[in-house]
Amino acid sequence: MVDKNNTKILAKDVDVFYSEKQALNKISMDIKEKEVTALIGPSGCGKSTFLRCINRMNDLIEICKVSGSIKVDNEEIISSATDVVSLRSKIGMVFQKPNPFPKSIFDNVAYGPSIHGLADTKSDLENIVITSLKKAGLYNEVKDRLNEPGTSLSGGQQQRLCIARAIAVNPEIILMDEPCSALDPIATAIIEELIDELRLNYTIIIVTHSMQQAARVSQKTCFFHLGELIETGDTNKIFTNPDNTKTQDYITGRFG
Amino acid sequence: MNSIVTQERIIALRKKRSAQDLRFKYYGFIAMCLALAVLVFLLYSIFSRGFTAFQKTTILLEINYDQEVLKLTPDSTEKEIEKGKFFKVKKNALNNVFENLSKSDAKLIKKLFSTNIDNEIKNYFLNNPSVLNTKQKLWVTAHSNVDQMLKGNSSRDVPEDRRKLNDIQLSFIDQLVQENRIQKEFNNFFFTRADSRHPEIAGIAGSFMGSLLTLFVVFILSFPIAIGASVYLEEFAPKNKLTELIEVNISNLAAVPSIVFGLLGLGVLLNVFGFPRSTPLVGGTVLALMTLPTIIIACRASLKAVPPSIKEGALAIGATKSQAVFHHVVPLALPGTLTGTIIGLAQALGETAPLIMIGMVAFIPNIPTGITEPSASLPVQIFLWVESAERGFQEKSAAAIMIILLFLFMMNALAVYLRNRFEKKW
Repeated sequence: MVDKNNTKILAKDVDVFYSEKQALNKISMDIKEKEVTALIGPSGCGKSTFLRCINRMNDLIEICKVSGSIKVDNEEIISSATDVVSLRSKIGMVFQKPNPFPKSIFDNVAYGPSIHGLADTKSDLENIVITSLKKAGLYNEVKDRLNEPGTSLSGGQQQRLCIARAIAVNPEIILMDEPCSALDPIATAIIEELIDELRLNYTIIIVTHSMQQAARVSQKTCFFHLGELIETGDTNKIFTNPDNTKTQDYITGRFG
Repeated sequence: MNSIVTQERIIALRKKRSAQDLRFKYYGFIAMCLALAVLVFLLYSIFSRGFTAFQKTTILLEINYDQEVLKLTPDSTEKEIEKGKFFKVKKNALNNVFENLSKSDAKLIKKLFSTNIDNEIKNYFLNNPSVLNTKQKLWVTAHSNVDQMLKGNSSRDVPEDRRKLNDIQLSFIDQLVQENRIQKEFNNFFFTRADSRHPEIAGIAGSFMGSLLTLFVVFILSFPIAIGASVYLEEFAPKNKLTELIEVNISNLAAVPSIVFGLLGLGVLLNVFGFPRSTPLVGGTVLALMTLPTIIIACRASLKAVPPSIKEGALAIGATKSQAVFHHVVPLALPGTLTGTIIGLAQALGETAPLIMIGMVAFIPNIPTGITEPSASLPVQIFLWVESAERGFQEKSAAAIMIILLFLFMMNALAVYLRNRFEKKW
């Protein structure tokens, strides 16, 4: 398979320390535009830590120190000069547990556009909210109750609401941190279909514990183990003919 | 064989364990009953002493609003009426309480009435100017000694020289009772007047207003400062030695005896900054300093209780730190913050010692209207009345305790209401 897409994110020698403990060791990888990249590996291997480096959410953890280089569209983001707010508006994030704001469905989606000043008028804002909800495949289910609290939705709907909230600010990249681990199989299937659609417009990086999910939704897969990037490549290749024996052992269920 | 022994041992142990369980249940129940009994006893002793203060004794007095005696005309203005000779009218009325009173008896009769009855006679006239040159029967306030005797708070069986009322006065009272010219009615003075040297006309309106104004000052000062400090410490401050030291000292300050804050108020606010003495302004400032640590601790606890995922969600779509905090975290923490503030205010409401230090213990016979006017406060008023020798103040202090308890109860009810009203589930 030939890479037809450009590199969106380029990581080089990324080290992450939690106080003295090293969580990531010299991670280097490139992530292509408009593809789904899955990060897999056993618990504690550093895949979520790497994901949270990309939108600088690790800044919230005071003991966390990141070094190395991550370039998004050729711009360095691991630097004190990076504007974290604009970076995060470019890189949306969906969390493990759905975390809608305790506000109405409409306000949940409208919050991002309104703080960034993306809508001049009320009808602009309504348009953004409706298109975002449509893109997240939620609009038909909630169109009659946009003023009800977002927390009243089911788990799967809440997660799609969070996706709508993320895409409402026009990001180019969406980070997903085990987005389906709190959901039932049906809700998971809906989200996976959605990810497949979103791939046309966004670069998606998804952390998952489920290898079946990685195989289903991703084009590229990266296997992490004990803070190191063991193998990265096309999902087909990783799951059928991995180069590394550790990868082989993990995907065949011998550990992890 | 062996397994049967083990079985028996397990059964015996199980019996022992369930007996232990039951025993602890009873311990808990007994402890709760004891606490409840103490509370009931406390409330009973306060209520049984205090409820009589809500009634006052009045005596029917026939008053002749004679134009000549009053030196007034039907066309007199209000200002002239204020200067009318009402004390003469009163004197005539007192001399005619019973027929053919001797001079000494008239003097004794006079002592059955409150010193306030001049005002009552005048006020009745001010409200009904048409009664000029008529005779009116008015219920006027009796002296506290009469009031206490009729309420049974002072005994008539003690020797005459140890009584406030002598035998002749008692016989007059008996005669008034027989003729139905003496009655008990609702004590409006208790709720509408400030402190007084005369128990029958002393009320809690002054100290109640003083407490309200003081609490207002406490709220205005402590709420914004506490929110600011706790939001900064919880969300923005770097975790280093300095902030750790500040955190430890906030907890220490919460445990400092309140009288120390009173000394601070005396030494700094009054002597250095020259705040007006005995005012809600200085009292409120001192109490705000005292309650700040409590409120900050409550605020921080409620900020901590907001799930971090909400803040992360906001930050992840590009909200700045302060937007995430003020749009999402603070509104969710608000119910807990308000509850903490009200608990802090309740603590401030009951505080006496620091107010004594800054002079809010003075005798203030007026109802304050602003935070820079000298005023009393409810707990200090209770303290002053309990101290007084006059028997009439004893029921007043118990009644004031009832009022302050009601006040506290209502503040706590408000805290519970606000928490339930604004709390959001997620």
